[in-house]
Amino acid sequence: MVDDGRVEGVTAIEVRTGELVTILGKAVIIATGGCGRIFQFTTNGWIKTGDGMALAYRAGVPLKDMEMVQYHPTLLPNTGILITEAARGEGGHLLNKDGERFLKRYVPNKMELGPRDILSRAEMSEINAGRGFEGPYGSYVNLDLTHLGKITIEDKLPFVKELAEKYLGIDPEHEPIPVRPGQHYMMGGVHTDMHGFTGMPGLYAAGEVACVSMNGANRLGSNSLTECLVFGAAAGRAAARYAVKMESPSFGNPVQGEVMMEEKRIFDQILKHEQGERISSVRTEMQNGMEKHVGIYRDENSLKEGCRIIGDLKTRLSNAIVEDKDHVYNTELVAALELDFMLDVAETIPYSAIQRRESRGAHYRTDYTKRDDANFLTHSMAHKTPGPPRIDYSPVTITRWKPEERVY
Amino acid sequence: MSQDIATIRVTRYRPEKDAKPFFQEYKVPYRHDMVVLDALNYIKAEIDGSLTYRWSCRMGVCGSCGANIDGEPKLTCASFLHEFKGRTITVEPMTHFPVIKDLVVDMQDFMEKLVKIKPWIIREKETPPEQGEYKQSAKELERYSQFSSCINCMLCYAACPIYGLNEKFLGPAATALAYRYIEDSRDQGKEVRFPIVHEMEGAWECTLVGECSVVCPKGVDPMLAIQKTKILGATNAIKSLLMPRGGR
Repeated sequence: MVDDGRVEGVTAIEVRTGELVTILGKAVIIATGGCGRIFQFTTNGWIKTGDGMALAYRAGVPLKDMEMVQYHPTLLPNTGILITEAARGEGGHLLNKDGERFLKRYVPNKMELGPRDILSRAEMSEINAGRGFEGPYGSYVNLDLTHLGKITIEDKLPFVKELAEKYLGIDPEHEPIPVRPGQHYMMGGVHTDMHGFTGMPGLYAAGEVACVSMNGANRLGSNSLTECLVFGAAAGRAAARYAVKMESPSFGNPVQGEVMMEEKRIFDQILKHEQGERISSVRTEMQNGMEKHVGIYRDENSLKEGCRIIGDLKTRLSNAIVEDKDHVYNTELVAALELDFMLDVAETIPYSAIQRRESRGAHYRTDYTKRDDANFLTHSMAHKTPGPPRIDYSPVTITRWKPEERVY
Repeated sequence: MSQDIATIRVTRYRPEKDAKPFFQEYKVPYRHDMVVLDALNYIKAEIDGSLTYRWSCRMGVCGSCGANIDGEPKLTCASFLHEFKGRTITVEPMTHFPVIKDLVVDMQDFMEKLVKIKPWIIREKETPPEQGEYKQSAKELERYSQFSSCINCMLCYAACPIYGLNEKFLGPAATALAYRYIEDSRDQGKEVRFPIVHEMEGAWECTLVGECSVVCPKGVDPMLAIQKTKILGATNAIKSLLMPRGGR
């Protein structure tokens, strides 16, 4: 809820009763995590629907560097469950269908210990060249641990063994684990400064939802923890400092009007449709479209297609139906609201990516394969408009560490 | 992998419409690696958007998808459809809890019990982070580590006959968690937690049925924690009789 440029709280749904609740606050900190579920394959929990990103974006804060999407190279193909890097750290091999350690063609010096983005792209290249395996959930490659032996697997990788056994019925001591790359983490997010401040008085963000820019275009493993612990604390302190000097907001206009509009949108529009397609078909098409056109490899045409698909799906969602009309615990309504958030967030990704005519970090353009510091050493900023997102740029502040060529 | 058809019978109860719960049957095509949660998601996406259940991570970490499957408390994300091949799978809300809607139960009581045992490290005096960590050896960690694997899924409460008879019973997960902190070398809150786990409806209510430890999806042994809590309590009681001035 925004009053004269200042954030004064949020509206929420008490799921147990279905009531719209108004929570007034001197300051709001968004800590809702990422948006993995906009993609077909993700390691994220399936509640990671980008709600917080969309809330800030709708309130008028730009989403920064949204084209920077990290893929992880080893997901189970059906569920997207993550097989830890430790499986390769302990000596596991990635093999194509010819039984070949194909990484020798991509990162010969590092092989399986290479970075996530390069390994993910290598797997996709193998699959695109017809050297992957075909399964019921699409193409995959193999992660082979069989040569590590029982003791290493049981002592060092017990969780890998448990997941492979539980979810695939595979014993990794004797059989390779099918894996494929999938969405893992958003480097981009709600634009903040180093104190978690979004630039909009009263609004702060921390964690994966935020883009404080410590990850640049490619996060290193475990740095999301730093983001939570260090910048979470910073955001909390900054919000507290702001709150103590502010008056409590009151439930008057225009906040009251905003709440009534939200109430109308949910209860008189979204819930009132009696006919239309299911929200699940819109969600599935978004996930497939993002994976196919805005995934690991991108080019001008695929990104244009991504923009078009998300635009169409937004129209379709506005005519979709929520079958469950209950007030109590209406999880289908929640899913519809989440999908609405996801489509807003998803749209910023191809629109930001299409203008970045270079390859940098996790963003890889097959039509612009080189990094271009002269034109693109800059943050993209996606702003909400009544139409498609407007993209502009904000300078990168370089202090102690200068950008260097990425060589392995 | 070929596709089979599973028949699933799910409890429906929508308080705004239904006077009492009833079963609804669905047919779901499935592959060998699909679990009950996949079937529920399929029903919600393709057949009936109003089917209501809780879930989040789909990988046995969040603890929100528990249900009674063919009468046994299980995580729906960890129960394979092929294991029920050829017969109808019955999915009901976890027993011993009030039902809010369909498979969704009221967690309020469990949440209050969790808070009651103070599940955090209590220090007589907190030192600022700048003065360093509270260190712990691998051996000290081993004393409680299995009890820290609890994911608060409440399956052990659904399985516990004592909790079924007396909802005031502190119960398996909360006692195991209390024990986890009591055994933590960094914790100094034993005096605060002891009266809670040893009060009227605490550890001593347990009659060693052990179903809690059988159903735990994370390999936690709450019954062991309850027994160890009793032993600690008994030893303390004897100590205070023999050494009333607080021998150590």
